[in-house]
Amino acid sequence: MRAWFHQHVQSFRTTRARLKQSPLSSALNVLVIGVALALPLGAYVLLLNMQRVAGLLATAPEMSVFMSANAAATDIAQVVSAIKASPAAKKHRFVPRDQALAELKKNEGMGDILGTLQSNPLPDAFVIELAGSDTATAEVLSRDLAKLPKVAHVHLDSAFIRRLDALLGLVRIAVFVLTALLAVGLIAVTFNTIRLQILTLRDEIEVSKLIGATNAFIRRPFFYLGILQGGLGGVIALVILALAGGLMNLEIARFAATYDSNFRLQALDWQAALHFLVFAAGLGWAGAYLSVSKHLWQIEPR
Amino acid sequence: MAEFIRASPSPAKHPVTQNATPAVTSAVTPAISFRNVSKRYPGGYEALTSISFDIAPGELVFISGHSGAGKSTLLKLVPAIERASAGAVLINGQNVSAMKRTAIPYLRRNLGLIFQDQKLLHDRNALENVLLPLQLSGSSPAEAARRARAALDKVGLLAREKANPVTLSGGEQQRLCIARAIVNRPGILLADEPTANLDADYAADIMAMFKSFHDVGVTVLIATHDSKLSARHQAGGARVLQLDHGRLGLEAGA
Repeated sequence: MRAWFHQHVQSFRTTRARLKQSPLSSALNVLVIGVALALPLGAYVLLLNMQRVAGLLATAPEMSVFMSANAAATDIAQVVSAIKASPAAKKHRFVPRDQALAELKKNEGMGDILGTLQSNPLPDAFVIELAGSDTATAEVLSRDLAKLPKVAHVHLDSAFIRRLDALLGLVRIAVFVLTALLAVGLIAVTFNTIRLQILTLRDEIEVSKLIGATNAFIRRPFFYLGILQGGLGGVIALVILALAGGLMNLEIARFAATYDSNFRLQALDWQAALHFLVFAAGLGWAGAYLSVSKHLWQIEPR
Repeated sequence: MAEFIRASPSPAKHPVTQNATPAVTSAVTPAISFRNVSKRYPGGYEALTSISFDIAPGELVFISGHSGAGKSTLLKLVPAIERASAGAVLINGQNVSAMKRTAIPYLRRNLGLIFQDQKLLHDRNALENVLLPLQLSGSSPAEAARRARAALDKVGLLAREKANPVTLSGGEQQRLCIARAIVNRPGILLADEPTANLDADYAADIMAMFKSFHDVGVTVLIATHDSKLSARHQAGGARVLQLDHGRLGLEAGA
């Protein structure tokens, strides 16, 4: 047990010494891995935020019903009873055309434009707050309402939500493909780094084998190197992402302020960041493992 | 001395039968035993042909012969750097030819190897070179440093522990190589042409060192093309195996 511990400490020291021997190329390797990892990670964070936005939108699905300009009170009553009968509608609000015009006039600059109009161009309208996000019953209600007399147009937000959902699905696949490609890239980078290391350390490996080093002992520093490189690359990726996210949030703050929103891009939480680091280190290990199993057997003392 | 070199792991360490050739069925397990060993390299070149001999624990044996006689090949069969094409090589009763690859590192740790080309690592200093065998067997750093310094002291290089091997003279490099070989306190020392590139004084120095290991019970096997050297030691009681074109000649000294 103690011997095992000392061997691992020794392996770690060896790894550190080898990194120190070529600090620039080690740093560049880590940087390459970091940048490569930052791309899919950034895309993933954006996806998370888009899902969050979609979630915000989907929590208040609405349906708008616009009446014809010549709709009578009986037509309106018919719509009201249809809405009340449907399980899809949670709440509804009637917006008479005069009230709509008055609200519009309150907006900056609109008063002048609307003042030139001889008649009110706005129709009577209903805003229906839907119960839950069950789009099927909402669509039934939407079709039923559209069939009623004097109903000019029914606008259901679910079409937009469905499109957003499909779009998110697309982005999700894009993120997955990007992640897979760059994971392969990371493994390849590590593979090559370790290959070069093995070649430069040929003498040391040969001598170690001659005086009784087990294969595990020779492999271990390379595994550590792969894991360290992947992990440090992951840290770099997180730093890049934090900086980029901070910059973007400055602009997003200005943009969101125009909507009276305090929406900000959300960074990864620490658990996700930890998972990501483990993933990056695992990729580094995989690259090291492949390289070591491919190249180490070629060095047999003669 | 005994602190650095473990006595050979023979079950009974009675007076070593130096000049007698132990029979294959000796009561004491031979430290090294070759039984009808042949080594044919890919391409058909036969380096060794049906070699048989036993070396008792604690013996000092020279393998003598012209260059190309198969001395290096014979030495390489002991730590399984090469595998015999036919026959069996037994180390302390263990058949090396049939040994699993994973067991070979542990075999090598019990052997002290001194190579013809020394195989020192030039990216580290003398002390670190000697530390290597201890590190790979997992000694604690403090214990390893203590033993490495003791080994350097034994070969007279303690003052040069920080020196890079390149800055050492030929004789010093050879001594460093010996320090690395003995630091694990092996029961068997194998040396391939340890005095080949040294002048007479240094050579005598090195040979005296091997003699002192032999005196504390270590089995020592030295390959040399220098017939005068082996003849001199033969007079001093060592056994000499004559190799000629891969065949074992009449055992001088038997």
